[in-house]
Amino acid sequence: MKKNMDDVRFWPGNIVVAEAAVAAGCNFFGGYPITPSSEVAAHMALLLPKVGGHFIQMEDEMAAMGTVIGASLAGAKSLTATSGPGFSLKLENLGFGYIVEAPCVVVNVMRGGPSTGLPTQPAQADVMQARWGTHGDHPTIALTPAFHQEIYMETIRAFNLAEQFRMPVILLLDEVLGHLSEGVIPPKPGSFEIINRTKTTASPEDYVPYDTSEGDVPPFAPYFAGYRWHTTGLNHDRTGFPTTDPDTVTFDEKRLMRKVTGNRELIDKVEYFQADDAEIGIFAFGSTARAAMVAVKQARAKGIKAGLMRPLTIWPFPNNQVLAFSKQVKTIIVPEMNLGQIVYEVERSVHSDMPIHRINRVGGVPINPSEILAGIEEAA
Amino acid sequence: MSFDYKPYLRYEKLPHMWCPGCGIGIVVKAMIRAFDDLEWDPRDIAVVSGIGCTSRAPGYLNMNTLHTTHGRALSFATGIKMHRPDGNVVVIAGDGDSTAIGGNHLIHAARRNINITMIVNNNNIYGMTGGQYSPTTPLGAKAATAPYGNLEPSFDLPHLLRGAGASFVARGHVGNGRQLSTILKKGFAHNGFAFIEVVSNCHTQFGRRNRMADPMNMIKWISDRAKPLKKFGQMEEDDKAKYFPVGVLFEEKDRPEYTATYEKLIKKLSA
Ligand code: SF4
Repeated sequence: MKKNMDDVRFWPGNIVVAEAAVAAGCNFFGGYPITPSSEVAAHMALLLPKVGGHFIQMEDEMAAMGTVIGASLAGAKSLTATSGPGFSLKLENLGFGYIVEAPCVVVNVMRGGPSTGLPTQPAQADVMQARWGTHGDHPTIALTPAFHQEIYMETIRAFNLAEQFRMPVILLLDEVLGHLSEGVIPPKPGSFEIINRTKTTASPEDYVPYDTSEGDVPPFAPYFAGYRWHTTGLNHDRTGFPTTDPDTVTFDEKRLMRKVTGNRELIDKVEYFQADDAEIGIFAFGSTARAAMVAVKQARAKGIKAGLMRPLTIWPFPNNQVLAFSKQVKTIIVPEMNLGQIVYEVERSVHSDMPIHRINRVGGVPINPSEILAGIEEAA
Repeated sequence: MSFDYKPYLRYEKLPHMWCPGCGIGIVVKAMIRAFDDLEWDPRDIAVVSGIGCTSRAPGYLNMNTLHTTHGRALSFATGIKMHRPDGNVVVIAGDGDSTAIGGNHLIHAARRNINITMIVNNNNIYGMTGGQYSPTTPLGAKAATAPYGNLEPSFDLPHLLRGAGASFVARGHVGNGRQLSTILKKGFAHNGFAFIEVVSNCHTQFGRRNRMADPMNMIKWISDRAKPLKKFGQMEEDDKAKYFPVGVLFEEKDRPEYTATYEKLIKKLSA
């Protein structure tokens, strides 16, 4: 794409999220201040009232998540943004979002942990928490863009997936991406797809809130639109009322999972860089993928055939794609800003005799290309 | 003709899950009478609750009803009300739910003065989980987790809410359903955060441990202590400790309501 410099916006990743959210039709934000995500909230506070949307800063993280789901059930496209400690606090209501099937987007700009950790420095150590953090079986969709243009488009995609499958979608950034400024060309309105949740066509008398006769995603009726329906965080049947009937609960829990497992072709997204003829594979996401890309170029300049696979959808994990990648490369290197998390998913996706190399870094310093290059050279 | 509760109730969900004689039913009945008096269309009402016996009330009400997580009902209600300021949003929850785990949300919703009616069914105990002491269990009263008597002083909820900035603070009790309904009606009609404490009975978990296992005994214990605000005001200070005032305890009609303020901002920015 030829860049017209007038169209380029030089934005930190957090601002990109907010701009893209509004472009995607987001009209509600409930948040709580936390570094390094606070700029998302500040920018939403600026943008939303201008477009008729609503912003609120709540008294805590749990409440912020509550408003987001409440607004969603009233028909809003809602967003919240947080970081590790806040994400931990949001998890209970996040689970509520999964079980009542409330579309919304939750941004986690990852910082060092555990606990208060390193508030102003990056990490990628919440990637497993994003999958398994809230209690009980639940589906997860989590996206990991690496470049600012991608953050823009993936934010829109996060809303689309949330609406399409009636569930919370997690957008995982890290402090580097959140605060780094980079050029973005916001696409023209109308040039990208916007998906809105399927509304029921049933009459208020006939409406069954969790009617899955047409598919695994039940059609939606917002509040104050003539319908009167009940929902609860308890396991419920198609009417939305609690049940402890084992068959009904089993059916419904499996259906929730199937919304994701049964629609992989609509959810999966993996990017490759110089991967076609690669012998040394790298699997990296988020800001680490940026470093990996540089390392691949440097390795290629030295005559080593390195190639990068990077997931934009990290949950559900691209097991099949990693397996296919593993068949063409000798080894896979997994750099990540934690002490080894997503590497477990890579390991269980490949054949058991495949050597997997880890590059791990904590302490708030991003992994740099030379570290990855050294790993490539060692493995070559 | 007798009052027809059917348009407001999910009849097929009855009988309800509460113990015979539980005060929550009286609160639900008073709510319905108040909705009816105000001619609120059930389709335009959202009733939100948290966790506990009281929080099962929305399931019986034929409206938009949301049974949320423990303590967080007000936050969900805030999201609903902000996105749809035209809808009538009511929260009903118990004392443990709304004043312990949900205490932070309670004071901040009051401070914001968002147009939500908050009904706290205060039966001085955690009922559903088995009778543990709550922030409103009287000092010395017995509870599952206070076998030697409660060691903690309790909240005076109207004072707490008044201090937090609620623009409408009232109290009713389950011994007088008609009066409760009138109070609820005023709360629903109030344009701002309306807090209504309903002094209620959990004879099963509180009463049984405190020599009031019979619901009628417990409701009598409540009724005997309830005094209209005016009468209460005329009492000697020493006597006041033995009673509690009922009625609209505090009301400020023209304090700016949060969603109205926000809508004004939207209008201003779009002009
Ligand atoms: S346990 Fe107490 S609050 Fe719960 S239903 Fe029984 S009497 Fe009512």
